[in-house]
Amino acid sequence: MSLKTPLKFLAAATLTLSASMAMAFEPTGKVECIAPSDPGGGWDFTCRSVGNVLETLGMVPGSVQTINMAGAGGGVAYAHTVSKRSGDEQLLVAASTATTTRLAQGQFPGMTAEQVTWIGAVGADYGVIAVNADSEYKNLQDLMNALKEDPQSVKFAGGSANGGWDHLKVLITANAAGVDDLPKIGYLSYNNGGEAMTQVVGGHVDAFTGDISEAQGFMESGDLRVLAVLSEERLPGKFSDIPTAREQGIDSVGPNWRGFYMPGDMSDEAKQYWVNAIDELYASEEWKSVMKKNGLMPFHPGADKFETFVKSQIRSIEDLSKDIGLIK
Amino acid sequence: METINYLIDGFGVALAPHNLMFALIGAFLGTLIGALPGLGPANGVAILIPLAFTLGLRPETALIMLTAVYAGAMYGGRISSILLNIPGDEPAMMTCLDGYPMAKQGRAAEALVISAVASFMGSLIATIGLILLAPLLADFALTFGPAEYFALFVLAFATLGGITGKNPVKTILAASIGLIIATVGIDISTGTQRFTFGVLKLYEGVDFIIAIVGLFAISELLFFIEERAGAGREAIKVNKLKLSWKDIVHVLPTTLRGSVLGFVAGVLPGAGASLGSFIAYTLEKKVLGKKGRFGEGDPRGVAAPESGNNGASSGALVPMLTLGVPGSGTTAVLLAMLISFNITPGPLMFTQNADIVWGVIAALLIGNFLLLLLNIPLIGIFVRLLSVPPMYLLPMVTMIAFVGIYAISHSTFDLYFMIAFGIGGYLLRKLEIPLVPVILGLLLGPEMEKNLRHAMQLSNGDWTVLWGSGLAIGLWAVAILGLVLPVFVGPMLRRRMKAGVQSD
Repeated sequence: MSLKTPLKFLAAATLTLSASMAMAFEPTGKVECIAPSDPGGGWDFTCRSVGNVLETLGMVPGSVQTINMAGAGGGVAYAHTVSKRSGDEQLLVAASTATTTRLAQGQFPGMTAEQVTWIGAVGADYGVIAVNADSEYKNLQDLMNALKEDPQSVKFAGGSANGGWDHLKVLITANAAGVDDLPKIGYLSYNNGGEAMTQVVGGHVDAFTGDISEAQGFMESGDLRVLAVLSEERLPGKFSDIPTAREQGIDSVGPNWRGFYMPGDMSDEAKQYWVNAIDELYASEEWKSVMKKNGLMPFHPGADKFETFVKSQIRSIEDLSKDIGLIK
Repeated sequence: METINYLIDGFGVALAPHNLMFALIGAFLGTLIGALPGLGPANGVAILIPLAFTLGLRPETALIMLTAVYAGAMYGGRISSILLNIPGDEPAMMTCLDGYPMAKQGRAAEALVISAVASFMGSLIATIGLILLAPLLADFALTFGPAEYFALFVLAFATLGGITGKNPVKTILAASIGLIIATVGIDISTGTQRFTFGVLKLYEGVDFIIAIVGLFAISELLFFIEERAGAGREAIKVNKLKLSWKDIVHVLPTTLRGSVLGFVAGVLPGAGASLGSFIAYTLEKKVLGKKGRFGEGDPRGVAAPESGNNGASSGALVPMLTLGVPGSGTTAVLLAMLISFNITPGPLMFTQNADIVWGVIAALLIGNFLLLLLNIPLIGIFVRLLSVPPMYLLPMVTMIAFVGIYAISHSTFDLYFMIAFGIGGYLLRKLEIPLVPVILGLLLGPEMEKNLRHAMQLSNGDWTVLWGSGLAIGLWAVAILGLVLPVFVGPMLRRRMKAGVQSD
């Protein structure tokens, strides 16, 4: 999706513009974006920043109004979208890996991924596995070998609940490294990544699992050694020194993506409009500067691939959760 | 050096015009809340939290406003102590002892000014203490593992009632109620649902803010309706000020001693402002002995407790900001506020949310100057406001509470929940069960549980890990002291405090 020269960008923009003009759907009046959290969180950021850029790019008629609807880790907003907003073609809802994790583990009772329309992702924060700077573990292989010998020998601290995304990243990695007894691996859940990291830096817990954006501070201060980033390729900029898990022979990728779903029962034209809008937004200079400013990394399954991605992510989380006995 | 840089940045935040304006509003409202008998600082801050949400303030602005309210309440408490012999809040009790006699002798204005200066000095010295101590303690906090945190939470609960606490059984009962409410929701350590009854709204547990506003603000309204206290007080006259620099210099040593003592009392968990003012007053009486005329309107008897309670209120921010363990009811409410803005107090906050922490600390310093200005030239306004009938005040408070809670989540469910908490709070108050332990139980319960579990997970189920380090043993020892001491010392202290008040 990288558009290097302005000329190409112009050409692409005209193309998509003429393409969208050919279609029937065009949003009119109010466009809303539900952030399933209180103000200040990641979902709130997704709604507000995307809303702003959509406005600047002129892809919405007026402004995008952000509505905060916290509860049940996104479950209240999900239930609202499914039961009360079906067919609403001007409602975006912010989502992330947390949403797919909860769907996979049946924590939105009676609701499935098929009940909404998955529109697109606008970036991601990649998982990292890190240890205290004084730790005996120098690379990811060391750590995984220790787990192979005794799954209880290394305890992980993370900012999500048990079975949540931070925990799953450890399991995905250990699974890829060939560790057998996944349920035995110790995971300590904290309220957020910062709290978990403090415990690792303080030498109370062996390893940290979280996102790269969280680890940045302690990484720069030299208190934390990041063993691997769970991305397909090395990350750009100041993170380019961190090896990926893949380079170290462990095929583990963990993007915590940020994106949107919309209500079910939408017309194909409307769905196409919004999928294109997110594509265009992702390619724009405006969005690139938002990503840069907020430490958001590239992640954007093109055009219609997002839905497939979401569903396969849900399936693999489901399998993993069954493996560790979290769900039956 | 780093601290100074941070502080300069903090002043940048606090001096932004809108932050300055909200600090002024907060200081004004805080003084008013402190001055009105019955509405304590914990109550006051709780009632004004929804205002921050109603106005859609940014976290640092909201915190600056609420810390100004907090500081203001400590100033305000003295006004009704001096003029009416009714303490505006508990810490202002000791100020009655010499403040009211001064007022009776026609020296109310002097008492008000001296106490304002003492309050200012107390806050100023303690805030400097906070600036010096907090970053050190924040570094030290890294040595706290799960076992140490667990011991610290036990300590916080053990000292809950404070040394002056009245009925320990009721305190424990109240804390248990809080702990029980805290178990509602998805348990983060196992992912299991507890007491959610399939209601999506309960998955994330009970929101502290809703509980706090319901328990304090709504129950206050219910009490008001019951009492039908419609009429205001008669206007009080204050004499013209006759105060020289010499008078202020005269109370200066007292003020300095009181400030330092207050700060120390504030840093200790559970002790709080009431103890700060009590120790400051008692010590001053001991130090000056027969040279003072304590209890008969000695200006130093006004300066000591005021510098003490203001010092303690800033001191109490130290454990709250560095360890996330509140030292008093009001700081517990401030903690809830921080959490609801997604800011976790603790060592990380000093680096990750440096702008907020140092902005708040700078605001505390600025707020103090604002309060001094408000409380000396404008004291007349507060005196007049004391006679505003509550029939105008409380409906406003209720309206703000409803709008504010609705503004957080746009959910009517939360409003019903708030009313339910209000009725619960009313019943508890009728039974004379204190509300602050309920809030502390609700706030600290999940943390305590989590740390116990983590300690067990790390040690693979070995309980001895809980007292496995010197630090943990020290914390347990203090906790046991905190539990045992009030049984012996509490009644004695209370008797003395009461005897002091009644002897006038």
